[in-house]
Amino acid sequence: MALPQAKIDATEARLAALAMPDGAQWARRVREAALERFRKMGLPGPRDEYWRFTRPDTLNAAQTPEAALFDADEPPAFSGLDRLRLVFRDGVFDAEASDPLELEGVEIMRLADATSQDIHWAKDLYGVLEERAQDPVARPFAALNTAFATDGVVLRVTGKPSKPLHFRYLHEETDSDAILHFLVKVEEGAEVTILENGPAAARFNKCFEIDVADRAAFHHIRTQGRDHERRAVTHLFARLGEESAFKSFTLTANGRLTRNEAFIELTGDNAQAHIAGAAMGDGDFHHDDTVFVVHDAVNCESRQVFKKVLKNGAVGAFQGKILVKPGAQKTDGYQISQSLLLDGDAQFLAKPELEIYADDVACSHGSTSGAIDEEALFYLRSRGVPESEAKDLLVLAFLAEAIAEIEDEAIAADIRDRLEGWLLRHRS
Amino acid sequence: MLNIKNLHVKLEEEDKQILKGVDLEVPAGSVHAIMGPNGSGKSTLSYVLSGRDGYEVTEGEATLEGADLLEMEPEERAAAGLFLAFQYPVEIPGVGNMTFLRTALNAQRKTRGEEEMSAADFLKLIRDKAKGLKIEADMLKRPVNVGFSGGEKKRNEILQMAMLEPKMCILDETDSGLDVDAMRLVADGVNALRDEGRAFLVITHYQRLLDHIRPDVVHIMADGRMVKTGGPELALEVENNGYADILAEAV
Repeated sequence: MALPQAKIDATEARLAALAMPDGAQWARRVREAALERFRKMGLPGPRDEYWRFTRPDTLNAAQTPEAALFDADEPPAFSGLDRLRLVFRDGVFDAEASDPLELEGVEIMRLADATSQDIHWAKDLYGVLEERAQDPVARPFAALNTAFATDGVVLRVTGKPSKPLHFRYLHEETDSDAILHFLVKVEEGAEVTILENGPAAARFNKCFEIDVADRAAFHHIRTQGRDHERRAVTHLFARLGEESAFKSFTLTANGRLTRNEAFIELTGDNAQAHIAGAAMGDGDFHHDDTVFVVHDAVNCESRQVFKKVLKNGAVGAFQGKILVKPGAQKTDGYQISQSLLLDGDAQFLAKPELEIYADDVACSHGSTSGAIDEEALFYLRSRGVPESEAKDLLVLAFLAEAIAEIEDEAIAADIRDRLEGWLLRHRS
Repeated sequence: MLNIKNLHVKLEEEDKQILKGVDLEVPAGSVHAIMGPNGSGKSTLSYVLSGRDGYEVTEGEATLEGADLLEMEPEERAAAGLFLAFQYPVEIPGVGNMTFLRTALNAQRKTRGEEEMSAADFLKLIRDKAKGLKIEADMLKRPVNVGFSGGEKKRNEILQMAMLEPKMCILDETDSGLDVDAMRLVADGVNALRDEGRAFLVITHYQRLLDHIRPDVVHIMADGRMVKTGGPELALEVENNGYADILAEAV
């Protein structure tokens, strides 16, 4: 179907501002193919069903909308953990600020280095999972990312590294437009933890393609920066082998526009995928979690747990789908999306979906939106807990199910501390 | 300890008068019981004293050790020493019982200008108190009242009372939904707290609880007022003859 002229014009204007990085012939082919995909889809518009809840204007704009720099008033997330740090400044890898790219059990390489060489596993992954995820729903910013990513890291995990890898993002230019692409190949039986945090750029487009082999495990915890004015669109693409595990948790506080998409395919029997998010918005805040889980094997389990705390005009959106393909028997799919609206101005939009083509499955989904429980609030106050503290306690209780998805207790404690800090700063 | 004078209260939303001039004085060291038929205003009295929303005091006063209760926020009343054991304890998913109690205890201490209790001291204290009420360690770790049986919820209320050591304890139908053994446990918990500096107001429908928690004074409440006051024998009279005679007499 031909795209409307306005869409073509916007798409071409966006492309005119971008330059495709150089690389080996195979990488060039991957990028060109992604560009072709992107041109066919065009930039998203308000008429696209998948963008019904979120206006993509600022993501579409050829010129990057400016975003003020954020003065951090607390130590960055994960500071207290032993980890391998990889630092990106406005979307450019900073080798000097990073730890040496050496860690037992994992090969680490910059994207530009990997795409200028003939590395077979990277060739099998780059743009591959992204392209698989383009059907049945177009994800134009992901195709754009594959075509134009300027930096990133590729990881091949062969063992069980002794510490997590930590991608730390720094934002220093008010008009930076960063496009990062990460490849993670977790080989059979291997296990890795990836941490991400920090404001990355004024506008940030990020893709992860994650291939989790049989009996391998991938853990991911990210906190999206507290920079108030950023616009970000991120994608997690994952393919899971037999008895493998994928666990991802995201904490989002602030940000004018954040769209986090995930597309997870369970392709091996007995695999497990958990994806969770806690989002806190006050004022000019729009947060969108768009998740698509495909069950394409027997006896797999998936969980989606998304919680949003919204006030003062903040908007939260959730689009979550569980697709159970024919033959994916014994599927256990769970999805919950909930919002806690702290005042009458906040808004939550949700579209939970199940599409099931197997007959022996257990799938459930739920979506709710509500205010603080006045009975519980009075109960706490009657025991001497001041009102503001009691409210914070109830907000944390509301988020508990999402935070419980973090397996590492030290990381969970760090996340809880940040939430408490946010609540303290945003008491009304 | 607790002084209530000519208290008139109406429901905010319905413009309906519930309390029509309650007078009550509960001195330190004593146990007073309030009995009365359904709809007499017993629970309303307990909610108004603890500061729940939805009620409007149209006349009268209530003081705790001379301080005006009605001017205080619920948390300030708690810190001042008032405690209400709820008829229907509230379930709070996501908040651990221990976290809840420690937060409450330290918040009260902070309000009173006292030092917070250390985690170790708190743990020691709660284990000790829980043991007396036959509350398992598992129940302390679970979210507040979630999945608790009726009896467990009431015992949990008494545990909170024991931990917070209030001066003025109001028990709102704490016996409802309890079997004989559970009632005895709850009563033992309450009796253990009886002392010269503390007062109790026990609201109940049945005389049975008062066999275990012996009151000094029994009040009969009807239609928003205290209509008769007497000794423990008054509770027996109600048990044997019902409220009809007393109410007829009061009119």
